[in-house]
Amino acid sequence: MGDLARTPLHALHVELGAKMVPFAGYDMPVQYPMGVMGEHQHTRRAAGLFDVSHMGQVVLSGASWEAVALAFEALVPMDVLGLGDGRQRYGFFTNDAGGIEDDLMFARRGDDLLVVVNAACKTADIAHMQAHLEGVSVEVLEDRALIALQGPAAGAVMAGLDARAEGMRFMDVADLALGGIAVWASRSGYTGEDGFEISVAADQAEALARLLLAQDAVMPIGLGARDSLRLEAGLCLYGNDIDSGTDPVSAGLPWAIQKARRAGGARARGFPGAEVVLERLASGSATLRVGILPEGRAPMRGGVEIFDAAEGGVQVGQVTSGGFGPTVGGPVAMGYVQSAHAQPETPLWGEVRGRRLPVRIAELPFVAANFKR
Amino acid sequence: MKFTEEHEWLREEDGEMVVGITIHAAEQMGDVVFVELPDVGTMVSRDDEVVVIESVKAASDILAPVDGEITEVNEALTDNPAMVNDDPQGEAWFFRMTVSDPSQMDEFMDEAGYKKFIS
Repeated sequence: MGDLARTPLHALHVELGAKMVPFAGYDMPVQYPMGVMGEHQHTRRAAGLFDVSHMGQVVLSGASWEAVALAFEALVPMDVLGLGDGRQRYGFFTNDAGGIEDDLMFARRGDDLLVVVNAACKTADIAHMQAHLEGVSVEVLEDRALIALQGPAAGAVMAGLDARAEGMRFMDVADLALGGIAVWASRSGYTGEDGFEISVAADQAEALARLLLAQDAVMPIGLGARDSLRLEAGLCLYGNDIDSGTDPVSAGLPWAIQKARRAGGARARGFPGAEVVLERLASGSATLRVGILPEGRAPMRGGVEIFDAAEGGVQVGQVTSGGFGPTVGGPVAMGYVQSAHAQPETPLWGEVRGRRLPVRIAELPFVAANFKR
Repeated sequence: MKFTEEHEWLREEDGEMVVGITIHAAEQMGDVVFVELPDVGTMVSRDDEVVVIESVKAASDILAPVDGEITEVNEALTDNPAMVNDDPQGEAWFFRMTVSDPSQMDEFMDEAGYKKFIS
């Protein structure tokens, strides 16, 4: 393993007593002294601060908003052109087979598009954009950190620092000044809670993190709780729950493909793998991503095979993410099963250490979203 | 109390051994969410996997420290796995077992030796 990269908050994590682990090439905090369970519950109850600076931040700019939006639409099956100024959307890059190359957030800031991509994929994503975005400049923001503030108290904390945050709704983006520090904020996140994702100049990131941590409601939260929070929220982890071999329909993400890009839409098709994706939208897919709720207490982690009988039978699916859900108070998992077995409440069995244990197919999310719509 | 290199403790009681994991092991593991105990009456050999512990992070095993028979298990852990974090060297014992070959006990550490081992 080569040297691990460090985010601008690395020294702060160490000072706060974080246990550091390698993640996507970075030395990242997996937990602080509070522990994964406490951090998870604190985020659902108050507010948690997450360092997500390892993710890639890229600005696309061009001759006009239309030029940028239409160029980006050639890579994603989303309605980019229809995105209002100051608004953000979830999306993904597709490949020629209709698979998902990475999932991402994109926000319109004036005539520019700010794209945030996963750490593990960012090198490939940047190359992909540089190679395929015609007439658009691709600027990688190496000198910016990204901090997420998540939880029911996040809104009040932000409003206390800049009153303009109060008026932001889910997926709004705005320029704010937090304690005099200029930031780009979006009202979004990956925990199922209300919250903000805050892009800040790298050299001011630590000052901003300290300012946020000085608020009574805010505690630092590591990757361990980030994973259990997003799992309960039914959100995909790229590389586990979706990858280049999964199409958006089997992944349960057709909601992210707006009408404009579907059959009969104003700008239907025109993205990699469009024929496959549109065909799946029309006729369904053979497997579906579903919630899988173990009935006992044993967690079922990624890789657990799902069967249609307690003994014998055939394998009908596999867990892609699973563990203990602190808010649910028991094990939760998600994975893919054959469509015939994907109806909620379908009884199936997961094989753990050679034993078939009962599970039920469950609606996602396990914990209802708490967004400020 | 005796300690193994696998971070278990053994306490002698009425000629049998009560077995649990150390404070150090519980801290390393993080919040324990699931414990699977062996059946009473199971004959085990040293290093057999007898208990599965899952924390929020990962699954791990407790190995039988010696050859013998499982005579009692701490059922309270099944309903309240968090006891393992709260009181690993007290209330949160895992099982009792007989010791078929007392010479297997000779290699275990005392508390001072274990402290040195984890330092």
